[in-house]
Amino acid sequence: MSTETLHERGGRSRLTTGRSHLAVVPAYNESATIVGVVESLRESAPAFDVLVVDDGSTDETGALARMAGARVLSLPYNLGIGGAVQAGFLYAREHGYAFLAQVDGDGQHESTELHRLVATMNEGDVDMVCGSRFLTSDFHYPAPISRRTGIHIFAFLLSRIVGTPVSDPTSGFRLYNRRAIELFARDYPHDYPEVEAVLMLHYHRLRMRETPVQMYVRGGGTSSISTGKSAYYMVKVLLALLVGLARRRPVVEPGDRAPVAAEQGV
Amino acid sequence: MPGRIQLVAIIGSVVLLLVVLEMVRRRRLMERYALLWLLSALVLLALASWSGALASISKAIGVIYPPNALFFIAFGFVLVLLLHFSAAVSRLSDQTKVLAQRLALLDERLRQQEGTAGDGELEVPDGQREMARITPD
Repeated sequence: MSTETLHERGGRSRLTTGRSHLAVVPAYNESATIVGVVESLRESAPAFDVLVVDDGSTDETGALARMAGARVLSLPYNLGIGGAVQAGFLYAREHGYAFLAQVDGDGQHESTELHRLVATMNEGDVDMVCGSRFLTSDFHYPAPISRRTGIHIFAFLLSRIVGTPVSDPTSGFRLYNRRAIELFARDYPHDYPEVEAVLMLHYHRLRMRETPVQMYVRGGGTSSISTGKSAYYMVKVLLALLVGLARRRPVVEPGDRAPVAAEQGV
Repeated sequence: MPGRIQLVAIIGSVVLLLVVLEMVRRRRLMERYALLWLLSALVLLALASWSGALASISKAIGVIYPPNALFFIAFGFVLVLLLHFSAAVSRLSDQTKVLAQRLALLDERLRQQEGTAGDGELEVPDGQREMARITPD
């Protein structure tokens, strides 16, 4: 028996909450917005359990989220967005959720738009639905020109690699099904994960579809990508794309050698 | 190789060898990480004391002055060691990431169980909750 089935048998019975939808909100020092995000999720997306992943915040983000009625994973130190979101995937896998929605903690994703992702997922034949800013005709996204250029470059490259048009690969407003949850619980990119995640889905023969959503300017706090880091962001993601192309099996499957085993010495 | 630089090179690599061995003995350096250091020190020592070998190596790689070949080889070892440590750091940060996630999941599970086990415990003010935890029932 593989460890995976062991895990599910052991895990399902005791930990399952009986609900199938989980909204994961990664948050790092978002005390200004987190209560609003949690409350609006509970109000406009009542089918979703809300899990805030407090990524080692130095402010009251975790406590505020808990008071607002969310469950909170408190990471002991700042892992970065990739590690925080992956903690959400691990939680969803462990508790047997069938769907996981990823919603930013800064209020730029409107939880009233979540039903669009769910509707697209329910149309079937898709493992991840990605909310795209650029598919609506009336879109208004006041990002600096450098940022938008970067997004379009990634969109162009990814569309070529994946073979289907991807308009907004950096969007973190996403809905995953069980297969995608299993994949990303095993392995999820580190620093700026969204673009690489699209590539990983592609290599694992999972299907992705975009759906138009409205997004808003950040409600408060500072973005994980400041203008000064844009160049680093570009270079890092481009490197990740190129490396991803050369990596035949990006994710460890059950039964493989451990990727971070201690004995890989010298 | 001229006498004085040869002497310096021999002393240097002997000191390196001894320091590494002593660190392993005191458990300041794991054997796994010491192996590459020992290999470097031994090769450098061998080349420093056996000038014939160094001379033919420097001839083979086109270095006119044999001590420069020794520096060149030592630099190569340093590069390999640095790369090795970057890999080790990557592995460690991956391992601590897994630990941090695991810890957060267990922490949340414990919190849920404490919340459901003691009815109404969450309503108790903070100071008293600590008391309640220390003295069960």
